[in-house]
Amino acid sequence: MNITVEGAKVFWTIKLGLPILGDLEISETIVVAWLVMAIITGLCWWLTRDMKIDNISKKQAAAEALVELADNFVISNMGEKFRYFIPFVAALFSTSLISNLIALIPNPVTLFTDFDSSTTILESLPNANAFRSPTADLSTEAAWAIIVFILITRQKIKTDGFGGYLKGFTTPIAVMTPFNILSELATPISMACRHFGNILSGIVINGLIYAALALASGALLGLLPGILGEVLAKIPVLSVGLPAILSFYFDWFTGVMQAFIFSMLTVQYIKNAAGD
Amino acid sequence: MDILAKGIALAGCAIGAGLALIAGIGPGIGEGVAVGRALEAIGRQPEVSGQVTSTMLLGCAIAETTGIYGFVTGLLLIFVAPGMFMGRLG
Repeated sequence: MNITVEGAKVFWTIKLGLPILGDLEISETIVVAWLVMAIITGLCWWLTRDMKIDNISKKQAAAEALVELADNFVISNMGEKFRYFIPFVAALFSTSLISNLIALIPNPVTLFTDFDSSTTILESLPNANAFRSPTADLSTEAAWAIIVFILITRQKIKTDGFGGYLKGFTTPIAVMTPFNILSELATPISMACRHFGNILSGIVINGLIYAALALASGALLGLLPGILGEVLAKIPVLSVGLPAILSFYFDWFTGVMQAFIFSMLTVQYIKNAAGD
Repeated sequence: MDILAKGIALAGCAIGAGLALIAGIGPGIGEGVAVGRALEAIGRQPEVSGQVTSTMLLGCAIAETTGIYGFVTGLLLIFVAPGMFMGRLG
């Protein structure tokens, strides 16, 4: 049984030769992220077509409900004066949500073609070819966390002034300065790693259980005599059912929860930066 | 000596992975206490059960973070570190 945990496949490399950043690698993360962006943009465009003032259609009612949800979320947590954060928080939440849930959609490109000549279709079925979430790559969450960190720092400097911001590191005693700096840096790191760890652990555990059940069904059905056992052992019968039940927690619950937590933490940190 | 070096590297990875997952104790205890308090609150006032439940889930997901740190460290040690070390040791 060969289980490997790999990163995203790199499809194409654009040789730029920049000093620190190196080349530009178009990996599966970036391609699926484009797909996520296309889905969200298409949804927004479709929901806002043919809008009326009276006698609204159900589509428009759904669109208004979504906008009200985003408004209430940001304003009830941050107050009236942060209205300009609503588009950013709504974009963050929707991108994170659709990115996490896109792992449930089978990948039409690799579903039937991702096997070499030495395996049959039946043998390659346990590979479970779905889109790889862009959030299964730490780069995605690190980018979001850096943006949120810049926003928090900007809010702190706007509230206390640059001198007040630097002085805030020496409260309550000057000796605490390195610890304050560390806890400041821990904010984006923990936000990114929490989201990434939850999504990656879902992928790994699902893959391990899938492969283990395929192996178990191969061992069980291989006990049948002769050619019947040989042919049936390749069909992963036991892999049906349990991964689907587990995916309720690992894909649906964790995906929605982590998107919600990332947005909630963004809102709370910025409010704390402005409040005290 | 080459085999010995590779053996020691792999053994180190395996022992480290096992030690990393001791971090799972923390969230287990903490979230258990949190859920217990939430149940007490619901028992005292059944009409707030929806709000208490959603706040409890939010708090549990944040407290889960350090457990996830340990889990991801263990995963890296099992799946990624042997490849790196074997490459360096030849």
